Amino acid sequence: MKRFVLFLPLILFIGLGAFLYKGLFLNPKAMPSALEGQPVPQFKLLTVTQGDRVVTKADLVGDYYLLNVWATWCAACKAEHPYLLDIARSGVPIYGINYKDDLDAASQWLSHYKDPYQFSAFDVNGQLGLNLGVYGAPETFLVDHQGIIRLRYAGVVDTRSWKVKFMPLIEDIKREMAESKA
Amino acid sequence: MKIVLMIVTSLMMMLSYNALASSVDTYQFSKPEYEARFHDLNKILRCPKCQNQNLADSNSMISQDLRKEVFRMMEEGRSNDQIIEFMVMRYGDFVLYKPKVDKVTYFLWYGPIGFGVLGLLILITVVVRQRSKRTANDDTQQESNDHLSAQEQQALDKILGNEK
Repeated sequence: MKRFVLFLPLILFIGLGAFLYKGLFLNPKAMPSALEGQPVPQFKLLTVTQGDRVVTKADLVGDYYLLNVWATWCAACKAEHPYLLDIARSGVPIYGINYKDDLDAASQWLSHYKDPYQFSAFDVNGQLGLNLGVYGAPETFLVDHQGIIRLRYAGVVDTRSWKVKFMPLIEDIKREMAESKA
Repeated sequence: MKIVLMIVTSLMMMLSYNALASSVDTYQFSKPEYEARFHDLNKILRCPKCQNQNLADSNSMISQDLRKEVFRMMEEGRSNDQIIEFMVMRYGDFVLYKPKVDKVTYFLWYGPIGFGVLGLLILITVVVRQRSKRTANDDTQQESNDHLSAQEQQALDKILGNEK
C-alpha cells in the first residue's frame, strides 16, 4: 500500500502527460457549432441570378439539402466549386448563400464556373450569415427534412470530408425519414 | 518657401488623419454611457475568426460586423446580457472570453481551488503525523532515560565504580 502511494505522483504525471499530448493534435479551429440541432433561421433575400425573385426559408425544399456559404473573394471557394458541382449532379439540392459579395462578380462567377445551386441568396450585408453563426467562407450546413441543421462544416467540402462528415448523417436522415413513414 | 512648407505639412497631416480615420469605424452613440458599455462588450466578446483576439482588437470582417451588431442592439435598448446571449446563440460559448460557470467548466473554475485544498490537506496530515511520531519517540526516550533497567543500572554502577 505504502509503495503504491509512492507511485501515485508518477501515475498522475503520466495521465496528465497523455491528456496534454492528445491536446497537441486537436484542431483549435474546429469549433462546435451552436446551431447544430437548431432550425434554419428566417430570411428574406434577393438571389444572385434570378432578378426580382425574393427567397425565404420556405423556398428551401428537399428531404435533405446543403446550405453553402460562398463568395468570390474567398479563394477556398474556388477549390470547393468542382466538388459542389459533383454533389449537385448526384442529386443533392444545394442552396447557396452568397456572403458579403459583389452582385456582378458573383453572377459572373456562376456563369463562368457553372452553377451548382438551386439558387444563391444574395446576403450582401451578411445578416443571414450572422444568424447562421458564419464567420468566414466556405461553410456548409446540412439540413434535414424538418429544417433542422444537422451539421455545420467550416472549410472546403471535398471527397474526403463529404464521405466522412456528410454521408453518415445523410444515411441517418434517410433512416429517420423511413422510420417516421412506417 | 516657408508658406510652401506649411502647406505641405498641413496637407500631409490631413492625409495621415484621413488614413487614420478610415481604418477605425466610428459610431455615434445616442447616450454617452453606451460608448463605455460598447467598449466593455467588445473586450469580453471574442472574434470567432481570429481565435485569440477580442472584437475590439480584431479588424477582420466578421469582427467589424459583430461590432456593428453590438452597436445596433445597444441602440435598440437591449441589455448586455441580451447582447451576449445573442452572440452565444450564434457562435457558441467560444465567443465568450470568460467561460461560463456550468457543468462543463466546473473543473476549470474550481479545479485549481480543489488542488490547493488537496495539497494543503496532504501537507497538514504529513506535518501532524511527523509531529506525533516525534513526540511519541521523545516520550519513549524520556521513559527509558527516567527508568533504567536493572541491568543498565548495574552497568552504570560498574562504570561509576561504586560497586558494592
